[in-house]
Amino acid sequence: MNTSARTPLRELKMVDIVKRFPGVLANDGVNFDVRAGEVHALLGENGAGKSTLMRQLYGLYKPDSGQIIIDGQPRVFQSPADAIHAGVGMIHQHFMLVSSLTVAENVALGLASTRGPRLDLDRVAERIRGLAERYGLKVDPSAVVWQLSVGEQQRVEILKALYRGASLLVLDEPTAVLTPQEAQELFVTLRQMADDGHALIFISHKLHEVLALSHRVTVLRDGRLVGTYPTAEMTRADLARLMVGREVLLQYDRPPAQPGETRLQIDGLWAIGDRGVDAVRDFSLTVRAGEVVGLAGVSGNGQRELAEVLTGLRQPSRGKVTLNGRDVTHASPAERIAAGQCAIPEERMRTGVIKDFSVLENAILCDHSHRPFSRNTVLNFGEIAAHTRRLIADYAVKTPTAETPIKNLSGGNIQKLILARELCRKPTVIIAAQPTRGVDIGASEYIHHRLLEQRAAGTATLLISEDLDEIRALSDRIAVIFEGRLMGVVDAATATAESLGLMMAGTRQTE
Amino acid sequence: MSEATSVVTRAAARSAWARRLQGWQGALVPVAAVVVALMIGAVVLVGLGADPVKAYSSMLEGAFGSVSGFTQTLVTATPLLLVGLGVTIAFRGGVINIGGEGQLIVGALAASAAALYLPLPGVLLLLAALIAGVLGGALWGAVPGALKAQLGVNEILSTIMMNQIAIQLANYLLRGPMIDPKEVEAGTRIAQSALLPADSWLVRLVPRTLLHGGSILALVMAVAVFFLLWRTTVGYRIRAVGLNPDAARYAGIPVKRYQMLALILGGAFAGLAGAVEVLGVQHRMLEGLSGGYGFSGIVAALFGKLHPLGLIPASVLFGGLLVGGDKMQRSVQVPDALIVALLGLVVLFVVGSDYIMRKRAAKAQSHE
Ligand SMILES: Nc1ncnc2c1ncn2[C@@H]1O[C@H](COP(=O)(O)OP(=O)(O)OP(=O)(O)O)[C@@H](O)[C@H]1O
Ligand SMILES: [Mg+2]
Repeated sequence: MNTSARTPLRELKMVDIVKRFPGVLANDGVNFDVRAGEVHALLGENGAGKSTLMRQLYGLYKPDSGQIIIDGQPRVFQSPADAIHAGVGMIHQHFMLVSSLTVAENVALGLASTRGPRLDLDRVAERIRGLAERYGLKVDPSAVVWQLSVGEQQRVEILKALYRGASLLVLDEPTAVLTPQEAQELFVTLRQMADDGHALIFISHKLHEVLALSHRVTVLRDGRLVGTYPTAEMTRADLARLMVGREVLLQYDRPPAQPGETRLQIDGLWAIGDRGVDAVRDFSLTVRAGEVVGLAGVSGNGQRELAEVLTGLRQPSRGKVTLNGRDVTHASPAERIAAGQCAIPEERMRTGVIKDFSVLENAILCDHSHRPFSRNTVLNFGEIAAHTRRLIADYAVKTPTAETPIKNLSGGNIQKLILARELCRKPTVIIAAQPTRGVDIGASEYIHHRLLEQRAAGTATLLISEDLDEIRALSDRIAVIFEGRLMGVVDAATATAESLGLMMAGTRQTE
Repeated sequence: MSEATSVVTRAAARSAWARRLQGWQGALVPVAAVVVALMIGAVVLVGLGADPVKAYSSMLEGAFGSVSGFTQTLVTATPLLLVGLGVTIAFRGGVINIGGEGQLIVGALAASAAALYLPLPGVLLLLAALIAGVLGGALWGAVPGALKAQLGVNEILSTIMMNQIAIQLANYLLRGPMIDPKEVEAGTRIAQSALLPADSWLVRLVPRTLLHGGSILALVMAVAVFFLLWRTTVGYRIRAVGLNPDAARYAGIPVKRYQMLALILGGAFAGLAGAVEVLGVQHRMLEGLSGGYGFSGIVAALFGKLHPLGLIPASVLFGGLLVGGDKMQRSVQVPDALIVALLGLVVLFVVGSDYIMRKRAAKAQSHE
């Protein structure tokens, strides 16, 4: 089967798409179109219906009504296989690769071989190299997937789609998991693909990316179409207003920090990473009451392992961690929680929630054994429901009911619930890893306000983020990590983007 | 009750109903699987020259058509339900307990020993025997549990090994220390214990049948397990650990301890099944007492969608299949092996359809 011989699609239209879930009208008569050679951005708040719209395009859901028209022909996709056959590819936020297979094997998976029943991996690898070169997708076809970084895995997903002859590619928040550098490389790839006549749909909550990359932008709000606009005529403020209905600045007036006693102290910490080499090396840092310390760095430089040690999921090999004066170096997660620490995990679907539990059950994940949620081990659902509804209201979590399984919520709304759950516990120390990843700008602003409220209330916050703007907007001091080592700690007020950039690239702080 | 809480409970009840209804739709799938398996069985029956209509009607008649048949179905369903409850708890906790057979045997041994050797009067003896059965099964579940928690030993392997040990233990005890002195006297030496004192017997519910109080106990237990899993913090933690151990650990739940607890509770219920079988039906411990209930209970649990209340009809249905299959074999004179094969087919289809449904659901829900 030579998939690339198919004529590429020129135009795809979605007409009057309606999609209902129990209690939610996720898409309400949406019209959307994309043409060969363009990047069409899809914007909207968390739960606006972007992923739902795209899943219908990819055959994962069937529209309740409405039509998908490709080059004038109405099409019905029963499954992703139909969509792939029609030239549609989709890059999900969670990759669907088999981690024990090589890149080439993953790409060839589920495809008929070009010659007889034997899988001709050499030819696959050959074609992968050709595609990779053309689109700047650096990846070794013989590498095994589990060894690849998130960015590399994403490239494999793109290659897989291209290999199957996709002429329309949907990318659902592809940059949420990438470092800024990786995102730039992805944009080079996407531009090249558009120049080659591919049609691209790009979802992102980062407005500057939308402005930099797309030709047209469509805004959704509460499942309805707000409009489709040429990107060149739009500004950041315009887009924010269309999405949220008001100005969003993401700049905060912060009173100067009044740091109190030391709450979290990390001394000479070492930890071994998943691949058996030191991921955190001789790392020391202090976070005091009433201050936000930002930890900046290119992802993969030990931030994840550090956060895991601080939350009790990973044992350090050397060094000491002190929490509110108590040695917690080897304490369990439960002991740390009891000592007043709360954590916002980086991988929310893996560690933040139990996806088959309801919103309500997830809201009490850490507190279910405390009053008033339970008494003598019997859960009190009246109290739990009331508490959950308070969280939902306070954080504007979009969910049909508190009993809805949390996996049915949109990504950003899941994150909001995690934040609501953690911050309402009045922690003394917060470890926040990528707290606004995948969260829309309105909600990001809200989350930032909440974190600053905690700061004013005297909480010590360690903010781990790849988003330098977020770090600079919230932090009092900025620490930079590179290859597991602390490159330095600078005052946020005087730090320049250049000096931070140098440190993130491995130059130690001078002066 | 205040206005606000009554609104909450009403809303909760409504959505619970919606969920249960979906559950019932899902419950049609195993029923359909049984029908397909029986249809394939019909083809084989025709091939063997037997009349499938007659065969299946005698099966239905045998299992549900008369008081004696139906009570026998219920008697068979009782250990299935109890073992199934244990399997359900373990599965919900993310551990796979294949050790029902061994746990049941040890529970039965322990209950018989208590009834034979403890000098307790009246109902206390029954109570002590039941508790001994529970503890025996729990111990047999605790060993794989501890091995998993401490050394990371796969519980599928260790529970199967514990089955073997239990069989050998029964073998030894029933030929040695626990053998019925009358058997020794008579020189027949059948491997069984002495008759248990009547004080330890479970009450018979219908005269001239085997239906006993253990069936009611099992029903109560099903409701209790439902309450445990969905209304208590212990059950909440077991389910959290089963669904997402990473998130559970992150939230401060000691994952290994709850996996171990799930195996212990699983063993306890299988042990109770053994005790009930001894105290309600046989009134003595004998070899082959389990009759494969330890394995059939796993199937019943899957049949009941791993839900304690779903297990009630599921075990009655599966019990009916076992009883009815027996009757059918006698009425149409087909080889014994065919009945075994037919039940095997049912198991295969039920488990297979469940697997496919779950994969489908996972696919439809693959998020983002
Ligand atoms: N499988 C589902 N079952 C029930 N409701 C769902 C399902 N999938 C999505 N929804 C609901 O549909 C709405 C739209 O969700 P969708 O995932 O499309 O949002 P989104 O725009 O992609 O948001 P985000 O930016 O947070 O990813 C949400 O309210 C969500 O709760
Ligand atoms: Mg989405």
